Amino acid sequence: MNTEILINLVYVVAAVLFILGLKLLGSPATARKGNLVSSAGMFIAVVVTLLDQNIIEFQYIIVGIVIGTLIGTVVARKVEMTSMPEMVALFNGFGGLASLFVGWAALSIALVTATVISPVSAFTLITIFLSILIGGLTFTGSLLAYGKLSERISGRPFVYSGQRIVNSAILIAVVVCAGLFIQDPSDANWLYLAVALSLVLGVMFVLPIGGADMPVVISLLNSFSGIAAAAAGFAIGNILLIVAGSLVGASGIILTNIMCKAMNRSLSNVLFSGFGAVKVSSATEIEQGEVKPMSAEDAYYVLEAATSVVVIPGYGMAVAQAQHVVKELQELLEENGAEVVYAIHPVAGRMPGHMNVLLAEADVPYDLLLEMDQINPRMETFDVAIIIGANDVVNPAAREIESSPIYGMPVINADQARTVFVLKRSMASGFAGIDNPLFFKDNTRMLFGDAKETLSNLVKSFD
Amino acid sequence: MEIVFLTFVFVLAIFLGFELINKVPSTLHTPLMSGSNAISGITLVGALASAGSAQQEIATILGTLAVAFATINVVGGYMVTDRMLAMFKKKEGGSGK
Repeated sequence: MNTEILINLVYVVAAVLFILGLKLLGSPATARKGNLVSSAGMFIAVVVTLLDQNIIEFQYIIVGIVIGTLIGTVVARKVEMTSMPEMVALFNGFGGLASLFVGWAALSIALVTATVISPVSAFTLITIFLSILIGGLTFTGSLLAYGKLSERISGRPFVYSGQRIVNSAILIAVVVCAGLFIQDPSDANWLYLAVALSLVLGVMFVLPIGGADMPVVISLLNSFSGIAAAAAGFAIGNILLIVAGSLVGASGIILTNIMCKAMNRSLSNVLFSGFGAVKVSSATEIEQGEVKPMSAEDAYYVLEAATSVVVIPGYGMAVAQAQHVVKELQELLEENGAEVVYAIHPVAGRMPGHMNVLLAEADVPYDLLLEMDQINPRMETFDVAIIIGANDVVNPAAREIESSPIYGMPVINADQARTVFVLKRSMASGFAGIDNPLFFKDNTRMLFGDAKETLSNLVKSFD
Repeated sequence: MEIVFLTFVFVLAIFLGFELINKVPSTLHTPLMSGSNAISGITLVGALASAGSAQQEIATILGTLAVAFATINVVGGYMVTDRMLAMFKKKEGGSGK
């Protein structure tokens, strides 16, 4: 059989496996199997590609695969669950970089093999440039997101006046460079300039976005890396790249959309507004009252008497690595006859579903994790709500204070529980720089200190 | 005609992606993201052809780099996703809830 036909037939099988894999990833019971199915698709796609008659030398392929496998394996095994957001960002960046290289290599091959009779088509050149541009900005954008998430650089948004104009100017400059290069492919300087500018664009694009908006950025960059792969697929005429790339592109866009909806903000607001860059002083209008601190010992007496408890985790739980001790507390409360559930806000943490992963690591069964819409109607029935390192996602100002910057954002109505415990390091405001009236409510008690330590003290009181 | 054909495939795959992902519960958002991220390493398949074409030094170098980075994306992405999913458990026994 003709190898080209064989390769493409196997690509069809691989595409089917990707689709089935993604479908299975949609339900917790089958998700692991789905991931295996999708990796099997990847494996057969790679193996059958090696039969391609255009592949003459194998030594470099082997070198690349061995190096990539070693690094990928080591990193994937060693990474802490709490560092998962930056890890995903980093992997994503590498995917983008690979698309950039594939586009570039395709370009140099295309230019060499082109003849006067059959020059490289404009369509091919345009798609090659798209894969270079999107791949490049995915790479540096993801690296910057990695830096912000791992706190190697400040997570604060960096804004300056005219930011949008500068970014648009860079984008236009890339397009102009691409146009000039396509007109006269003999001058490679335009190509280099376009590559450099796409890399700069990635940095400029993520710079104004703050740490708490990272769930949106990561899913958007994820979508970009898929689209870059699809563009590379157009460039080299490979259908599998197009199919797989667009599947990823679509899934990234959906997740981005879910995250934006959860914050009641538009995508452009997240990307360009530099939310939280300026400290907002809406607090003046609020009757603040006094915060009521509480010791772990007193908190224990309340918890011991409670028959239903809801735990609301946020990014602070990840920082304090408190997920395991939370689970311990859950078990003790359950032994004591109380019902314990978790309420997870869609944008709690630094990536979509961040809290779910951490609690899963601590062996918390996923059916105890309730989404915002499930928990809010029954919030009044809970004796105690324990808020661990969450702030903006439980801020009642989003419901009550029209002038608040987060007004209209759906939040978990923790203040409606009979008693609210807030575990917090200090009175500093949340990421968005907005005061939280919840801390001043009559039924709120503050447990200051490191979340893990406070919880350990609570756990000890039960012994 | 090939352009139309490829575009056709592209558009259909985007719609398919929307349909596939739309109803995923938030518990699975992270594994979904890292799992689909691993799929975006499909660029590897394209990189193989450049790394092994032996046509041009520059294409070979770029191709090899692309193979290495895409492999990190693929291998790391799938392994990390599997590690996460292995932790997701349903509550055993009927107590509580």
